[in-house]
Amino acid sequence: MIRDFLRAALVSLGLMAPAWAEAPFIVVQSTTSTQNSGLLDYILPGFEAETGIDVRVVAVGTGQAIRNAVNGDGDVLLVHSKPAEEQFVADGWGVERFDVMYNDFVLVGPKSDPAKVKDGDDIVAALTAVAEAEAPFASRGDDSGTHKAEMRHWAATNLDPTGASGAWYRETGSGMGATLNVASGMNAYVLTDRATWQSFGNRGELEIMVEGDPRLFNQYGVILVNPEKHPSVRAAAGQRFIDWLTGPDGQAAIASYKLDGEQLFFPNADGS
Amino acid sequence: MQGFASEFNSALGLILTGDSELWAIVLLSLKVSVFAVLISALIGMPVGAALAVARFPGRRMLIVLMNALMGFPPVVVGLLVYLMLSRSGPLGVLELLYTPTAMIIAQVVLVTPIVAALTRQVIEMLAEEYSEQLRSLGVSRLASVPVLLWDARLALVTALLAGFGRAIAEVGAVIIVGGNINHVTRVMTTTIALETSKGNLALALALGAILIGIAVAVNAMVSTVSLRAEREGLRHA
Repeated sequence: MIRDFLRAALVSLGLMAPAWAEAPFIVVQSTTSTQNSGLLDYILPGFEAETGIDVRVVAVGTGQAIRNAVNGDGDVLLVHSKPAEEQFVADGWGVERFDVMYNDFVLVGPKSDPAKVKDGDDIVAALTAVAEAEAPFASRGDDSGTHKAEMRHWAATNLDPTGASGAWYRETGSGMGATLNVASGMNAYVLTDRATWQSFGNRGELEIMVEGDPRLFNQYGVILVNPEKHPSVRAAAGQRFIDWLTGPDGQAAIASYKLDGEQLFFPNADGS
Repeated sequence: MQGFASEFNSALGLILTGDSELWAIVLLSLKVSVFAVLISALIGMPVGAALAVARFPGRRMLIVLMNALMGFPPVVVGLLVYLMLSRSGPLGVLELLYTPTAMIIAQVVLVTPIVAALTRQVIEMLAEEYSEQLRSLGVSRLASVPVLLWDARLALVTALLAGFGRAIAEVGAVIIVGGNINHVTRVMTTTIALETSKGNLALALALGAILIGIAVAVNAMVSTVSLRAEREGLRHA
C-alpha cells in the first residue's frame, strides 16, 4: 500500500519509470577490473539485445561486492577471489559458483627499479626483494580480490609488510585505478590485474616488472545470489545471465574483447 | 605536460560537440540535485525559521547540532542511507537502492542542515528588525514565520544556492547509494571518479570543467532572477 503510493508519487515526478514501462533488469555486483577495463561495456549489449534484460553493474571491490550481495542488494555476483566465493556459497548466500574467465596479475614498478626485480617470473622472490630494498609498494588495502591475492603472496614470503605500513608499504584503501594513480605518483611497486593495467591511462614511469608466474593466475567466478535467502532476487533473469555468460555466446564475446590488439580476459567456463 | 594539454583539449572538444551520453549524465546530475534542493527547502526553511523565532529549552543545542551537521561527511550519509535502503535494511522493500531516488534522499540529508542553518540565521536577524512591528500587530512568534520567510525570500535564495553547490559537487554519498550504474545512476561526479580511477585524468578534468560551468550558469541565472525581483520590489514599494 505505502509502497504503491510512493511508487505512484515517484512516477508522477518523473523520477521512476512506471512499472509497466520498465524493462526487466538485474543488478550485478562486480569488481572494478571488469568495468574499468571496458569488458562489461563491450559484452553486455550482446546479452541485452538477445534477452531484453538490462544489466545494471555496480562495480566495487570483491570484498564489498560480496557484502552487498549478502545484504541482498544484487542478483548476480561476478568477482575474482575463489576462496571468498566458495565461502559465500558455503554460507548459503549463493546458489552455485561457476568459472567464467581468467587473466593474470602482474607486478608493475618504476623504470628505475630500485628492488632489481625486472623481467622476473617469481612473484614471491620479487616481493621479498622489494621488502629488503624497502622500496615503495602501494597496496590496495581494501579487502578486494587483488588485495587478497597480494596478501597470499606476502604470506608465502614469510614477511609481514603491514609492519612497515606508512613507511615503504602504503595501503591506499582504494580501488585498483586509484591505487595505480598513487603508485604512478610515488613511483611505487604495485600488484595489479593485467586488464586494469592494460587500460590504465596514467602510467607515468611504471612498467611491468614481473609476470608469468603460475601463482599470478586470476580466476573470475559468477554466482547467483540465493533467492531462498533473499526472495527479492530476480532469479530467472539472473540465471539467464549466468547461462549466457558461461555459454558459447558469452564466452565468445569475452574472448573477442581486445584492447590495443591484446586479449584481456580468457574464457574458461566448464560448459564451453 | 604538453601531451596532457592536447589530451585535455580533445576531451573538452568531445564534450562540447554534444555527446548525447554525456549530456544525459549532466541532465541526471541536475535533475537529482535540483529535486534534492527543493525538498530540502520544504523541510529546512520552516525548521530553520521556527528555530529562529521560537524559544524553548535546548534550542541553543539544536542550533549547534544543526550547524555541525552542515559538515556531515557525505560518505557517512551514503552509508546511513545505504543501510536504510538495503534489502536487509528497514526500507528495503521500497526497492529504492541504486535508483536516482536513493541519490536524492542522500542529498536531501546532506543539504537540509545547510538550508535550515542559513535560514535560521537570516530569519533571526529579520525577526529582530521586525519585532516591534510584529508585537504591535499582536502576531505570535510562530505565526510570524510565513511572513518572515516571504520577506527574506531573496536572502534565502543564497541558502538554496549553497545547498545546490553541496549537492551537485558531492560524490561520496551518491556513489554508494546510486552504485554509479551506467545509464541509470551515473552522474557527473561519479563519472569523474570513474575516469580518474581509469587514469583518464584529462577527461576527468574536462568533466570537472563542465561541472564548474554548470555551477556558474546556475548561480548566474538565480542571481539575475533575484536581482530583477529585487528591483521590481523596490519599484512597487
